[in-house]
Amino acid sequence: MMGLRLFRGRAASTPVARSAPVARERLQILLAHERGLRGQPDLLELLRSEILAVVSRHVTIDPEKVRVRIDRGDQVSLLEIDVEVPNADEALRVAAA
Amino acid sequence: MAKVLVVTSGKGGVGKTTSTAAIGATLAQMGEKVVVVDFDVGLRNLDLILGAERRVVFDFINVVQGIANLSQALIRDKRLENLWLLPASQTRDKDALTEEGVSKIITELRTRFDWIICDSPAGIERGAMLAMRFADEAVVVANPEVSSVRDSDRIIGMLDSKTVKAEKGEQVQKHLLITRFDTARASRGEMLSIEDIMDILATPLLGIIPESQDVLRASNVGAPVTLNDINSAPARAYIDAARRLMGATIPMVVPGARKGLMDRLLGRRAA
Repeated sequence: MMGLRLFRGRAASTPVARSAPVARERLQILLAHERGLRGQPDLLELLRSEILAVVSRHVTIDPEKVRVRIDRGDQVSLLEIDVEVPNADEALRVAAA
Repeated sequence: MAKVLVVTSGKGGVGKTTSTAAIGATLAQMGEKVVVVDFDVGLRNLDLILGAERRVVFDFINVVQGIANLSQALIRDKRLENLWLLPASQTRDKDALTEEGVSKIITELRTRFDWIICDSPAGIERGAMLAMRFADEAVVVANPEVSSVRDSDRIIGMLDSKTVKAEKGEQVQKHLLITRFDTARASRGEMLSIEDIMDILATPLLGIIPESQDVLRASNVGAPVTLNDINSAPARAYIDAARRLMGATIPMVVPGARKGLMDRLLGRRAA
């Protein structure tokens, strides 16, 4: 029994039993990724509201017609901003400015 | 000034309720006026851990709905005159909890207590969000295990963005409490170490609670572990943690770190 315990104790110190470093590494990689994703919806909303503010300083637009989206790729990501401006001449205050 | 402290974790079963009861009881023993509030609607357990399950008449939601007033719902601990419990509803739908209702009750509790300790339900749904919503400080409970650490990280992110404090541009003061820690296993590299967890979560350490049979023993009889056996290893660790919350500087002791060769040879059954 004693012999068995000693054997187990020794076996536990071999690299095979040291699983904590693996846990640590897996967590670090996973959390770096998840933390990156976490900010995303808020970033989009921030971009949307600031773009809306800048554009509507010069042009009358419908807040609902401002779309911002991000497509994440491996090498580059694509930021797509889509603002719909009404065609009516009076909507354009640019001339007056 | 009253402090609202949320005890949270994301993951279930890591020791939120045990920690709420132990820290609440210790602060009350230190002379602070403390209320522990159970936010786990439908699955309340703080009453059971405190041994007050047969004294629950009215609950949190009864107060929100105006069926009872706060004084009727608050239960005073039988052992500690400074410790009170506001139980969760066991029968209601969890949607009965609203932000307005919680806000109103927290505001009223702030006028009566020094500490309002909110025991969060597991998960990241409504109950957990409302438990942290008005917090000034947070105890993030984590076990040295990958899923718990991941969930804690998620909860830390929420404390930094979804709380009233965060929305005002302020910070909820966060404390990391590592529970069910087994020093022998960590030292053999079988379990995440304290340093690993602190590195990953980047949150100041409030305490290290050892894995111990004393926790189950205390819950069996309905007493906070700090009251059931004040000299047990988890009780001492919780008392130190509570004193740190009060601003005391106490050196961090890794429980059982001084285990000798004999202990190791004879196995490491938790004390």
